[in-house]
Amino acid sequence: MAEDVKPRVKVPKTAAAGEVITIKTLISHQMESGQRKGKDGNLIPRSIINRFTCDFNGENVIDVVLEPAISTNPYFEFDAKVPASGEFKFTWYDDDGSVYEDTKAITVN
Amino acid sequence: MKNQKILGLIGLTAACSIGFGAIAGPADDSLVINGETEIVTKTTAPAYIDGLSEIYSGWHFREADTRVMQADDFDNPGMLGVEAAKDVWSEVDGSEGKACASCHDDPASMAGVRTQMPKFNEAKGTMYTMEMYINDCRTERMGAEAWGWDDSDMINMTALISSVSRGLPMSVAVDGPAAPFWEQGKEMYYTRYGQLELSCANCHEDNYGNYIRADHLSQGQINGFPVYRLKSADLSSIHNRFKGCIRDTRAETFKPGSPEFIALELYVASRGNGLSVEGPSVRN
Repeated sequence: MAEDVKPRVKVPKTAAAGEVITIKTLISHQMESGQRKGKDGNLIPRSIINRFTCDFNGENVIDVVLEPAISTNPYFEFDAKVPASGEFKFTWYDDDGSVYEDTKAITVN
Repeated sequence: MKNQKILGLIGLTAACSIGFGAIAGPADDSLVINGETEIVTKTTAPAYIDGLSEIYSGWHFREADTRVMQADDFDNPGMLGVEAAKDVWSEVDGSEGKACASCHDDPASMAGVRTQMPKFNEAKGTMYTMEMYINDCRTERMGAEAWGWDDSDMINMTALISSVSRGLPMSVAVDGPAAPFWEQGKEMYYTRYGQLELSCANCHEDNYGNYIRADHLSQGQINGFPVYRLKSADLSSIHNRFKGCIRDTRAETFKPGSPEFIALELYVASRGNGLSVEGPSVRN
C-alpha cells in the first residue's frame, strides 16, 4: 500500500453553458519506477499510479495511461467543455489495486 | 558562395547572442501568490552589504514555467509538505500530551516568525534557527523526541511556519548579541573553500546572472527556503543547500546544524533583509 496518497482537484464552481474550463489535478504519490535499487542492493518494486480518468456526468473526458518514467506527485492540467450542470468524477488507479476517487460539482448559470 | 557562408555565420552569431541576452541576468517579472499576496522579489540592498546594490530573490533566475508554479499554491508542490505539516501540527506527541496546536493555536499565529530567523536566543545564550526552536518545543515542552535537521517532518514544519509569513519582509537582527555570529558568517562567505577555491561571493556576488556550466547563478538568497527542488522532487533545507554548495567546491563540508552553518545562515539571511519570505518556493 502506497503511503500518503491524497488526490487534489481544482475545478471552477460555476461556468457558462458551453464554456471551456481548465481543470487541475494532482495526486501525492511516490511513483516508484521499479528501476531503482535500495540500500540492500535489491530492486525496489514498482509502485505507480498507472491510469487516470476524468468523467463528466458519466461521459469520459480524459483517460490517461501513466508509465514508470513519470515523476513523483503526478499533475495533470486539461481543458473541458461544460454543456450543463453536473459532476466531474476523477479516478486514479494504483499498481497495488487501490482506486482513489474525487468528485467536483459545477453549476452552469 | 563564400560570402553567403560568412553572412550565414554572422546571422548565427547574432541569433546566439540575442538568445543568451534574453536568458541571462534576473528575469524582468513580478510575483503575486494566489492572486493576492504580493511578493517583494527585488529591492535595494541593506546598507551593510558592500558587494551588492540591488538584491534579487532566486525566483528571478529561474525559467518562466518554474516561476509560474510558485504563483499558485495548487501548482506549488512545496505546499504538499505544508499540508502534511498541518496534520502534524495538531497531532499530540510525547509524554506531556501536547501538540503544537496546544500552545500555538492556529499555524497562522506563527506569522512573522520566519522573517527573524535565525535569531539570538537570550535564554540559551546562542544563535537559534527555526529548526532549533522547533526541537526545543518538542523536547522541553512536549516531551517528544527531537527531529533530525533534514527529517521530512522537520522540513515540512519549517515550510508550514514559513508559508504563513509569505509576503512579509525578511528582517534578521545583525547587531547586539548577533554581531559576532554575523561577523563569523561574513568571514565564511568570503573564504575560498575546496579544491576549486571558490567562496560564496565568487558565484553569488561577483557572477550572479551568469552561467556556471548549465546553472544560472542567483544571488544565493535564502528568503525562499525551504525550497521545493524540481531535481530532487522534494523540499530542501537551508543547511542542506549550503552543504551542496560547499561540496561542489570539492571541500569537506560542514554538517547541517553545525555552528558554522548557523553563522552563515544569519549572514546570508541578512543579505536578503527586505525581500519577502517566499518559502516554500519552487527552484531547479
